[in-house]
Amino acid sequence: SLSLSLSLRRDAGLYGLLDEITCSADEVPRCLSVGSACLLALLRWASSFHGSLFPHLTLSRDEMVAEFSQMLDWSDGALRSFAWHPHTDKFAVALLDDSIKIYKSHSVTSPTLKHRCQRSVCALQWKPLCGSALAVACQSCLLIWHVEPTSLSTRPSSGCAQVLSHPGHSPITSLAWSPTGSLLVSASPVDTAMMVWDVAAESCVPLQRVGGGGVTYLSWSPDGSRLLAATPSALFRVWETRMWTCERWPCLKGSCQSACWSPDGGCLLLSIQGERLVYALTFSDLTGGPKAATVVADLSETSFPGPDGELTVGGEVCSLSWDPRGERLAVLLKGDSVADNHPSVIAVFKTRSVPVFELLPCGFVMGEAGAEPRFMQFHPHFQHGALLTVCWSDGRISHVPFYFSSAGLLGES
Amino acid sequence: MFSLKQNCWFIKKVVIWRAVASIAWSVLLLPVTTAVFVLLSRFSLFHPIQWISECTSLLTASTTIFTLVVLCGVVLMIGFFNLEFYTLVPSIRCSRMSLLGTVLHPRQCVHSLVYCTMGMLVMWCASVTIGGRYSTLGTPCRQSESGEFVTCLNEYHLFLLLAGAFMGYSHSFLGVVQNMYYVSFQPIQQYKYPRFKGSLPAVVKGSVIQSLYSARNFAALYFFFGYVPKTWIASTLNLQIDSSLQPLDSLTGLLDFSLLYHLAISGTFLYLTWYLTVLLFRIYVTEAYSFPVQSTFTEDAEQCLPKVLTEKNTSVMKFLALQDLALLSQHSLSRRREVFSLSQPGGHPHNWNAISKECLSLLSELTQRLVAHQDAVASNGRVKSQSASIDIRSASSSSSGTEDILETPRLSVPLRTPGSVFKSSVGGAHSALTAPFTPDVDSPFSSPAIRRLVGQQNPHSPWFGTVQSPHVMRRGPKLWSASTESQTNGSPLASPATIPSPPAANQKPSFLTQWMQNRREQLPEASSQALFADSQAHIWALQGLSHLVAASFSEDQFGVVQTTLPSILSCLVVLLEAVDRHFKLPHASSKPARTICSMGDSTYKTLRFALRAALKTAIYKITTTFGEHLNAVNISSEHRKRLQQFLEFKE
Repeated sequence: SLSLSLSLRRDAGLYGLLDEITCSADEVPRCLSVGSACLLALLRWASSFHGSLFPHLTLSRDEMVAEFSQMLDWSDGALRSFAWHPHTDKFAVALLDDSIKIYKSHSVTSPTLKHRCQRSVCALQWKPLCGSALAVACQSCLLIWHVEPTSLSTRPSSGCAQVLSHPGHSPITSLAWSPTGSLLVSASPVDTAMMVWDVAAESCVPLQRVGGGGVTYLSWSPDGSRLLAATPSALFRVWETRMWTCERWPCLKGSCQSACWSPDGGCLLLSIQGERLVYALTFSDLTGGPKAATVVADLSETSFPGPDGELTVGGEVCSLSWDPRGERLAVLLKGDSVADNHPSVIAVFKTRSVPVFELLPCGFVMGEAGAEPRFMQFHPHFQHGALLTVCWSDGRISHVPFYFSSAGLLGES
Repeated sequence: MFSLKQNCWFIKKVVIWRAVASIAWSVLLLPVTTAVFVLLSRFSLFHPIQWISECTSLLTASTTIFTLVVLCGVVLMIGFFNLEFYTLVPSIRCSRMSLLGTVLHPRQCVHSLVYCTMGMLVMWCASVTIGGRYSTLGTPCRQSESGEFVTCLNEYHLFLLLAGAFMGYSHSFLGVVQNMYYVSFQPIQQYKYPRFKGSLPAVVKGSVIQSLYSARNFAALYFFFGYVPKTWIASTLNLQIDSSLQPLDSLTGLLDFSLLYHLAISGTFLYLTWYLTVLLFRIYVTEAYSFPVQSTFTEDAEQCLPKVLTEKNTSVMKFLALQDLALLSQHSLSRRREVFSLSQPGGHPHNWNAISKECLSLLSELTQRLVAHQDAVASNGRVKSQSASIDIRSASSSSSGTEDILETPRLSVPLRTPGSVFKSSVGGAHSALTAPFTPDVDSPFSSPAIRRLVGQQNPHSPWFGTVQSPHVMRRGPKLWSASTESQTNGSPLASPATIPSPPAANQKPSFLTQWMQNRREQLPEASSQALFADSQAHIWALQGLSHLVAASFSEDQFGVVQTTLPSILSCLVVLLEAVDRHFKLPHASSKPARTICSMGDSTYKTLRFALRAALKTAIYKITTTFGEHLNAVNISSEHRKRLQQFLEFKE
């Protein structure tokens, strides 16, 4: 019985052990079984209390990563994360087998990165103002790969990777480099502190705020002055990055699902879990910040005539992406998997921020039959307009170019 | 005698007041920590009401007030020591011998003695607060033969007092080993209160762990040697030893749970009060200070950024000025405008010229330091393995901005006699960036490698010329041992190099010499750390320069930056080449093991990596901003080739 209990302890944890002892009351001494029953009840009560405050804490690590990853349906897709390099035509893709592939234009070699700590990759980001550093958010730690751009090696050794970890700070579901490349912030849904790393020195400063129960998603504004930190609860924070103070933004309904900044960092668009709306927050140094978020788009179901019959478009806003010039906004709308004519689509809008913020419908991006969009990101410096890269559920990655001449440039010239 | 007699306005007006504020906060925090200590020390699970009422009555008792006064005195002393000894540039000992030399230095001995006393004072307060069997040194006891009452030695009280002395000594000792007085700057700016709140858990954890370690070590020490102080105190104070009680230097005496618990929490209390003082001091002294870029009044000119940056003698002011430069270059449009502005009348870009010149001289000084180190390694491959003691002194004396240090290989490494204990390092011609607050630790133990490093060779030294004989190599440590002995005997010598060396022929390597050789060959990474010890300044200079240059692309109306752009770019590229070469040296790119849960700051160990990253980021910042326009800048073709790599993101 004891060996059985010990093996259970290994498989099912403390709960399993207590459960086993309580159930086999006739085999073990009575006081032991009663004690374990009491302990079990106490633990369940405590965890239900804790879990009712922050339900995400009851999830397993993989479930948590899947829940908070920016890649939709993270657990069953072939692609787990994607990141364009901010300055060159190079991107990194994390695959289902926990390896990362790097593709470059005009290059036949595509290095594969593997490391024994590299499990359940949830986010990738290239370091700005650097040719080689790639930050990887893993289940147990943060990896910084230094992949020499000129190297011809297809399999960089794990010595090229720097492992950054902090006790209690895993799994990491989001990371954000400062636009100057000097700092890296990482977030974990189980840790109420987000870590600000000085990567080269391998030191970190925890920034703790207890409310919210963790940090799930980070997004640094392009001008570097603000940082959005979403929590698993109906609350998000906007940090200003000079003295690192934050504003609390309680939401009415759900947690913040996705967000994107305008190129000048003055406007933040965000979507709330379960809602079909896009909200905007406008920051300006003159007025001292916004008082409330405004609804800028309502994306409820609407019918459009499609090539083969009526097509319903609209639904929950899962992901937002704004092109680096601030002229195209892509919104990933969740479809209805049961209904035939209601697929997940990407709606693209033309945007303008001066004199007033405006969204004009531009078109839809749909995949091949049966393929659903999972993730999208604009190319950071496409010369001729905007280039949207979409990861599909069938494992494809496609680039959708939008050719236009920039309104801002026309206005200047 | 103390180096506080600085006539720099910044020390008088800012640093002193910051230190005073930090000490005041530490004193204000004392009642809180004392209350927590009282609650924990009297803790009893089964009588909670009695426990609470006892504690409240104790907290208002006159003895507690008196112990608070004593503790205030201790905190004032610690705060004063922090102010006196803090350093922004760590002193890195490149071999175990020099570390040993530092620990045995008379000044360090006095420092340890003061800390022992303060530890005893804190522990006395703790034992009085705990009360009961710990409260006094003498207790009445009945003599076994005659049956009359005499005063006996209370071993519990003595145990705690000695533990305090031990903890004080280990604090002082670890202060040297872990560079406790080194103050590092955070990568981000925070207000003081959030920063304090954020670091508080780490400090509490650190003090608990340190206290447990010390308690374990002290218990072991007392078990073996406890009878010595016990009998000595008993005989000096004419106290009896109560033979009816179990002596504490026995296994059964020490395995007393309540005693060990009280030892651990008193130790935690001691370390916590000290660490909080250190923490508050660090927070206050590293707080950003905003220097005006220019002033309309000429009398304020010396307080303006361009003037302050060139300051050599006050390292804290220089560091804060560089930090301010890095911050303004990133965050403040209006202050950047002032930097790019022209003087009125005349139209000269004095501000920009002064700032860029100072940053460039800092960076080129680092380049020269690195090149000199590489030359030293290349010309004599043994310099690393034999006497890897590039002392911080050489770094600091060259960092005083004397760019000619290589051209004129005069040696400004004055090997001073440690005659006066708290010898001030101000006033000497060598007093450099690091001088006013860097403990002068290295005097009798400087190695000839410094002189080799700067190209001068002492003809009296046995290292003169290129000595290859193994005998001479073995003789080196003998010199060191000689100097150590003379040091401990209290007759310090001016320089180890002046010791007449015995003939090489009749030298036999003894066990001791071999051991010492062994000691000296360790810590190979330290020379690399020492070269980059003050690199935080260089990192800020790089950040400030690169952001200002990048901002000038759109903000510089008069083109003041354009004229200096070629020199900035070539300076950065030359530094990058030197850094690249340095990282090719053995041990330079090996990462140090991470230390956790200690109050000593080890960020200096990774400064070289931070500098390399900051340098590359700075070049990228400039190249991405200027792009193809860089082709119009007048720089040499090799540098252009290197910059082209950056333009193509191939670095």
